[in-house]
Amino acid sequence: MEYHELTIGSAIEKLACHEISSFELTSAFFDRIEKYEDGIGAFITLDRDGALAQAKKADQDLAAGRISALTGVPLALKDILCTKGVKTTCGSRILENFIPQYDGTVVSLLKEKGAVILGKTNLDEFAMGSSTENSSFKITRNPWNPDYVPGGSSGGSAAAVTARFCCAALGTDTGGSIRQPASHCGVVGIKPTYGRVSRFGLVSYASSLDQAGPITRDVRDAAILLNVISGHDKLDSTSAKATVPDFTQALDQFEKGSLKGVKAGIPKEYLSTEGIDPEVEKVFHHAKQVLQDLGVEIREISLPHAEYVVAAYYIIAPCEASSNLARYDGVKYGFRDRSSDDLIEMYKKTKSKGFGLEVQRRIIIGTYALSAGYYDAYYGRASKVRTLITEDFSKAFETCDLILSPVAPAPAFKIGEKTDDPLIMYLTDIFTLSANMAGIPGISVPAGYSSKGLPIGIQMMAQKFDEMSLLRAGYGFERNIGLAQKFPDL
Amino acid sequence: MKISKSEVEKIAHLARLEIEDSQKEKMVEQLGNILQYIDKLKDADVDGLGIFSKAGVTDNVFREDTPEASPGPSITLANAPDRDEDFYVVPRVVK
Repeated sequence: MEYHELTIGSAIEKLACHEISSFELTSAFFDRIEKYEDGIGAFITLDRDGALAQAKKADQDLAAGRISALTGVPLALKDILCTKGVKTTCGSRILENFIPQYDGTVVSLLKEKGAVILGKTNLDEFAMGSSTENSSFKITRNPWNPDYVPGGSSGGSAAAVTARFCCAALGTDTGGSIRQPASHCGVVGIKPTYGRVSRFGLVSYASSLDQAGPITRDVRDAAILLNVISGHDKLDSTSAKATVPDFTQALDQFEKGSLKGVKAGIPKEYLSTEGIDPEVEKVFHHAKQVLQDLGVEIREISLPHAEYVVAAYYIIAPCEASSNLARYDGVKYGFRDRSSDDLIEMYKKTKSKGFGLEVQRRIIIGTYALSAGYYDAYYGRASKVRTLITEDFSKAFETCDLILSPVAPAPAFKIGEKTDDPLIMYLTDIFTLSANMAGIPGISVPAGYSSKGLPIGIQMMAQKFDEMSLLRAGYGFERNIGLAQKFPDL
Repeated sequence: MKISKSEVEKIAHLARLEIEDSQKEKMVEQLGNILQYIDKLKDADVDGLGIFSKAGVTDNVFREDTPEASPGPSITLANAPDRDEDFYVVPRVVK
């Protein structure tokens, strides 16, 4: 087996029995990145020296028998997670030279468990986008076909995992930004329950929706990472004190028949959504049958307010963004325009030159929706609709354990195809936004391919803090879907 | 709801943004389309609902108010684009 073929799970085994060293594994990933990265564009920053030093340290620990959950395992991080001493740009000019003075909590947790951080992956600026075309620095290409987007906003992380530049990566998900690129790239992505994973050091876009989570080659790897990053953090007052189960244990005890009697609902409103690609429908239908064969009982459910999700999200997220992004004023960190000696002018020029158009658009929508005279009609109403959406899910989960849907209405689209009309881009998020609005977890698992050979995933959602059900169902599904080719030839 | 060019200019000022003239028309049109789509929220029956959403943490979070060491200005100001020792430097405010 070649180094780049190793999942987290298999790397851990080989490292533990000294069959390979972390230094060799890390170097092999950098060699592969050097060879193929130009055609993919997954990374904004590579930290070769830092990573190799971490790998050497991991090898010493392994030799001494000090083995933690991720000792010596090379990972990549979306460039919106603060890394001490390593540039964190959020894909934005405004933070082009920003060097965090501390690690985000998820980053500290990975490092404490011995992970090797290879670098920081590309994203839509401040995670605003569904294609990774909104990065200030580069576009990322889908490793299955370079003419297509990898999805977004965690497109760099998804592409890096798919191109096998790392064992796995972390992304963040505010409206689908882990699940949708995972689906478009044919890998696994989990958005955990809101509060499951600390947001400290995750640069804020929409604070009531943001969550970091794993993007991995298989479901078990997602469970391994989730074990490490979950848990309460006193530095994030919205992180939950809920108990964290051992997510891998349940998978290791998985056997035929484990999913028997699990009830999965399919929202009738989703299937009547206009514009679902027939190829996505076909893959979804097949996926449903595979789950049924595993003993999952499928039933129709209703989420009566599903039609309002996109509209409510595209008020709430920009409102929070307009407030969160006010901090980039050219004073405390990041870019400053120096052409004006007037303070207000300095703010304006800094923001307008530092932020890309999509970010400016969302700041304007948010500022408008929160401004005097419009607050009740927009933010107030969207927030009430959010309550309705949340209640829809609570009711649905009275009759089912999982909710199944496509991840995106169509497979990955071509680069440049949707950049002219932001609304069309927003509508592609229709199936993923709800989980963020309701604060529930969601997983995307590869389920098939389009006729052009582009991956298509399915989404499963569960009740708050029930990631276990998602992992178990995803694990069973993954082992029975029988995909012909798991990774593209680069 | 459509939005006018002057409204966009006013909002941009509130948000401390300066939209280039060449981008304004397009921005006005795109924002108009987005807001028009968002108008569908008017059809939802939200009578009697509070604006509070239960998506996040539902309990108040308290902690002891105990002092901890500050990272200090060398860390806090490390990324300042312009500083004078322990102070941020900004364009003159009082003229």
